[in-house]
Amino acid sequence: MSLRILSAATLIAVGLLGDTASAVALSDAAGRYAISNNGSSIRFAIGKIGGGGLNGAFGQFKGTIRIDGGDIGRSRVDLTIFPDSVGTGQGRVDAFLKSDAVFDVANSRQITFRSTSVQRTGDNSAVITGQLTARGHTFTEKFTAELQGMKGGQISFHVSGKVFRSRYQMDVGTPIYSNIVAFDMQFSGRRG
Amino acid sequence: MLRNTDTRYGWASIGLHWLIALLFIGQFGLGLVMVRIASQRIAFELIQLHKSFGFLLLGLVLVRIGWRLGNASPELPEEVGPMERRAAPAVHVLLYAVQLVVPLSGWVLVSVSVLEIPSMPFNLFVMPHLPLQVSDAAETFWIFGHKWLAYAGIALVVLHVLAALRHHFWLRDVVLVRMISPFFPTSARKPE
Repeated sequence: MSLRILSAATLIAVGLLGDTASAVALSDAAGRYAISNNGSSIRFAIGKIGGGGLNGAFGQFKGTIRIDGGDIGRSRVDLTIFPDSVGTGQGRVDAFLKSDAVFDVANSRQITFRSTSVQRTGDNSAVITGQLTARGHTFTEKFTAELQGMKGGQISFHVSGKVFRSRYQMDVGTPIYSNIVAFDMQFSGRRG
Repeated sequence: MLRNTDTRYGWASIGLHWLIALLFIGQFGLGLVMVRIASQRIAFELIQLHKSFGFLLLGLVLVRIGWRLGNASPELPEEVGPMERRAAPAVHVLLYAVQLVVPLSGWVLVSVSVLEIPSMPFNLFVMPHLPLQVSDAAETFWIFGHKWLAYAGIALVVLHVLAALRHHFWLRDVVLVRMISPFFPTSARKPE
């Protein structure tokens, strides 16, 4: 089963890269990848009543992706986000998000995600389940990951998911602003 | 007795007067607190509450102006001197003007704010923004305008209250008590 999954991932990677010569062997895909801020992004959007919404991104984060060559289900993702790096393009909104109203960066400097399971859902996709901790509150959240490419020791994923901010004591402004935060993340990792 | 007569205010005028007075003074206090409170979370909620009461105030003031135009205005007592007789209507017009302009300027302020936070009075419905150009300069101007109009309004209210107290305790006439009940015996308040 796990061999089939990794085979599929490899075939997809080959297809995405469009270069048969750059095909990655199964043994090459397995390993530990450090998420690089270069080529990675964590964007989020919160809808607001009447249309539009609040869009922002975190500029600083770190993490690792460990792909288990023997059992993809035992692969792990660890991610740490530094909410002090949040940016929306509007300084006053950034200050508000960093305040006690939302992230409370003075008392809670990190948001962490630790995966607990990885379940394949398609040829190149999987659902990553894990524990998201923010402002001292931990809940189980699920994200959809899609493999986008592997080349030269680098791997890239697109990850998306929705989180209820009320779980983390960040529900200020509801119902004017939606309780749901939609994450749109791009991760690029280098093996090592 | 709902409607005014030539000598008495009816319950509608009395009710609107005290409700609007309570709202206007309360809004002034809430405005002072919400921009000084340290917690951004509480400040945000208080600002939304201030907006909700502001729209309620605006609606009540429009009803009050309509009621005033469609009803008789009780005459001032005979003892009132010529100068005060001329000044009183002007002060009343000014009071109506600030009751109208202060909440309107607040609506303008939220409409031109670059934060573009929707207004949702008491979380019941979306009050659309006025069709005005959003800009930092316009927001700065209307923060200043809204604040100083409110200060001017509260100064007028203080003047109005002092005048009412003068009538009640100094002149001992019916000017204040007829705004409390349409059935207060006028003979009890004649000057000694």
